[in-house]
Amino acid sequence: MSGPRLVEVRRNVLKQNDVIAGVLRNQFRAAGVFVVSLVSSPGSGKTTFLEKTLTQLQPRYRVAALVGDLATENDAVRLARSKAPVKQITTGTLCHLEAAMVQSALQDWNLDSLDFLFIENVGNLVCPSSYDLGENLRLVLMSVTEGEDKPLKYPTIFNSADVAVVTKNELADAVEFDWDAARKSIHSVRPGMQIFRLSAKTGEGMEDYLNFLSQQLVGHRAVARI
Amino acid sequence: MHELSIAMGIVDAALDESQRRGVQVSAVHLRLGALSGVVKGALMFSYEVACQDTPLQGSRLIVEDVPVIIFCPQCQKERQLPSLQLFACPECSAPTIDVRQGKELEVFALEIEQETKQEVEVPEEEVQG
Repeated sequence: MSGPRLVEVRRNVLKQNDVIAGVLRNQFRAAGVFVVSLVSSPGSGKTTFLEKTLTQLQPRYRVAALVGDLATENDAVRLARSKAPVKQITTGTLCHLEAAMVQSALQDWNLDSLDFLFIENVGNLVCPSSYDLGENLRLVLMSVTEGEDKPLKYPTIFNSADVAVVTKNELADAVEFDWDAARKSIHSVRPGMQIFRLSAKTGEGMEDYLNFLSQQLVGHRAVARI
Repeated sequence: MHELSIAMGIVDAALDESQRRGVQVSAVHLRLGALSGVVKGALMFSYEVACQDTPLQGSRLIVEDVPVIIFCPQCQKERQLPSLQLFACPECSAPTIDVRQGKELEVFALEIEQETKQEVEVPEEEVQG
């Protein structure tokens, strides 16, 4: 036989990642731990937000965090102030976390002893959207200083998220942040998505968001028991 | 930019299939969803790099763009989304998050030059995109 011929193969390029993510998701369910991944652009205040989340959940829950960072361990050092167990995943030049990195970082952790695990992705609104990490909830964070149309510029990641948090609300007036426009652009790319508007710095609005997480944990465990 | 690792995944998948079938590949056909999070131009460039020093060196990557198809709860119909900036039915404007197509990142077919053994029948089952 000669000349080119087409052979159908149908192979999902990210299958390996998806398989590992599936394994992780089963582990999380069996352990009863609710896993939240955080995605945002660099400088949106992800680490401050996570530090406050860990600190404020701690009196009631057992919490831990994995932090993806390109080169430094600064984020892990900052988060360690919350006294929660924190582990750094240094990605080198890689712009996103993959399920295998999460799996290997969790190897010596006992998931049964946790209520919440947070996975802070590398600051990037493009690449992380392609990779399932086995998380139960993907939280996209944007700050009021980034502009109301951020979701329209990065529709893929906002569309892939389950909940949005608009942070640095203490700066909203200074930057003339248009809340209605922001909400409209978030709902344009992800209709109906729940949005929390808060200030991690002052604590304003944190309570609603933390209550939401508590409810998610209850729901997660109720489903896991079935 | 994560297109290089995606390109390496494409090369791995294509090499695996070509070795299993004992064929030489001249082109790889990829289905790329508009919601896959992958930039086509960067992927084309990365593919060449990923192919270097492999049996796929010199092969072409042919990308088929896959548009987003949503299901409209109002019309009860699947419709093509004209813009990623607005997840709503293009006919009746009902908002929807029911995405039926557009996340694909799939090595769909291989273009082969020669066969060294009989091709194996592969069942046409749907692979999760």
